[in-house]
Amino acid sequence: MTGTIPLQFFLVISTLMFFIGVFGFLTRRNLITMLMSIELILNSVNINFVAFNKYLFPQHLSGHFFSLIIIAVAAAEAAVAIAIIINIYRNFKSIDVDKVDEMKY
Amino acid sequence: MSIYDFLTMRHELLLTLIAILVLIIDLNLKPSQKHYIIPIVQVLFLLHVVIGFLPGNEGVMFGGMYRSSALTIIMKNILNVGVLIILFQSVTWLKSPDNREKISEYFILLFSTLIGMYFMISSGDFLMFYLGLEIATIPMAALAAYTHHQTRSAEAGIKLILSSALSSGVLLFGLSFIYGTTGSLYFDQVAEVYSNSSLQILAFIFFFAGMAFKISLVPFHLWTADVYEGAPVNVTSYLSVISKGAASFILIIILFTVFHSIAYLWKDMIYLIAILTMTVGNLFAMRQKNMKRFLAFSSIAQAGFILLGILGGNVTGMTSVIYFVLVYIFSNLGAFGVVSAILAVTGKESMDDYDGLYATNPKLSLLMTLSMFSLAGIPPVAGFFGKFFLFTAAASAGYYWLVLIAVLNATISLYYYLLVVKAMFINKNETPIAYFKSDLPTRIGLLACVLGIFVLGFWSQIYEIISSLSFGIVNF
Repeated sequence: MTGTIPLQFFLVISTLMFFIGVFGFLTRRNLITMLMSIELILNSVNINFVAFNKYLFPQHLSGHFFSLIIIAVAAAEAAVAIAIIINIYRNFKSIDVDKVDEMKY
Repeated sequence: MSIYDFLTMRHELLLTLIAILVLIIDLNLKPSQKHYIIPIVQVLFLLHVVIGFLPGNEGVMFGGMYRSSALTIIMKNILNVGVLIILFQSVTWLKSPDNREKISEYFILLFSTLIGMYFMISSGDFLMFYLGLEIATIPMAALAAYTHHQTRSAEAGIKLILSSALSSGVLLFGLSFIYGTTGSLYFDQVAEVYSNSSLQILAFIFFFAGMAFKISLVPFHLWTADVYEGAPVNVTSYLSVISKGAASFILIIILFTVFHSIAYLWKDMIYLIAILTMTVGNLFAMRQKNMKRFLAFSSIAQAGFILLGILGGNVTGMTSVIYFVLVYIFSNLGAFGVVSAILAVTGKESMDDYDGLYATNPKLSLLMTLSMFSLAGIPPVAGFFGKFFLFTAAASAGYYWLVLIAVLNATISLYYYLLVVKAMFINKNETPIAYFKSDLPTRIGLLACVLGIFVLGFWSQIYEIISSLSFGIVNF
């Protein structure tokens, strides 16, 4: 199965995803969308780890394990972030980043 | 592997046990008795600190993923002492009516982050390191948003979780390339094959950017001031002292053990970041009127000084970083302790409110002055020696210009630290903060800081103990 798609394809996809995620995080003004951008970043890392493991180091599984753990940690992070976003909504009546600017400079 | 080998992990296991115990005890307390948990936690944690100091096993576990050495044990003990002081200082605030329902949450979240830091410091593998980092970060966001009906606290929480999630994403992207180019995640194996190919340098830069977020180095410091101001003050002191200390410990370990082969590359990078961090932190600290925000920028500037020790790259460098963090814990907790004591009783946190504090609360003012002197690095107190050793380390590696800039920055910092002293002793105020008497735990917490600031300044043995355990980069 390996060899049909070269490794470079995966790396290009993951790098694109990473920078789309960073761009989205910096430009989007909605907290939930920012969280989604972070998920994009983390998933691009997952693609990297799995692709490297499958293509370059098939004899052991540390890359697969790492991506599994990233998925678990991302879920925990999203849970806490969404809880805080709900709290933000109750306090500010909005989840727009520009409204959440009580402290500046 | 026998069951006794698990004693190697005594810090982690014991603290996990305490966190679970707190949860169980809390379940069995009536709503009106919730505050009984505070002394129980204090005693349990005190035991934990004492057991941490006992001589114990060293060794490697789980195939090298977890490493415990005399050095990591002393790092954990340093963090333990800081957390113990914070536990005492936060009692007044925890007993306030707003927090009555959720006292034990504070302790459990605090201990979870501390467990994460233990694992992070003891990691021998990037997977363990990442897990520890996240265990340390995620509960921290919940802590920052602890007073959930306050808009500022919620804002601090979201700013912390989003920026730290982004930074771990960046860090992970770097780690994925480290894995891709070396084929391993273990520190030892990565270190053996790490060289200066372009992808490996890129991976290192991503990794360092992620770490710089956690220690809040310029230009990754933007979250710091907001989170420090918005979070409850005791959480802020935890964040600025313990969290930053743990991150600096692991950063110096990783830089010295894993990335020593490309040291000539990261030296230039850190050189520049050190100058930026010190200067920007100092310049912004000068114009702050809010005490928490002021201390936030001062802590950014202090992180810049830590980089000087890392640049030293030798045994003196590592020793001075650990010693500086130890001193910094006591001096910063002294300052935060005063801010927290005043905030808990009067609700005031602006620097103008501190005008004329000496007339009404002389003891608090003196402690604040002592902490400020220690942070600024004035000779008789411990802060001077902390900075002195850092400068020595950088100078021994030949960075004379950097040391000069650092000394200039230390002078600038003296200006704004003395602003606080001036406010307390000289400025006139029609309505100063009235005299109040803190409760016993707060006073113990403050007294511990005073003792620490003096003892560390005069008792040189501590430095020698740390020095005997530290290591530098061979062939730097």
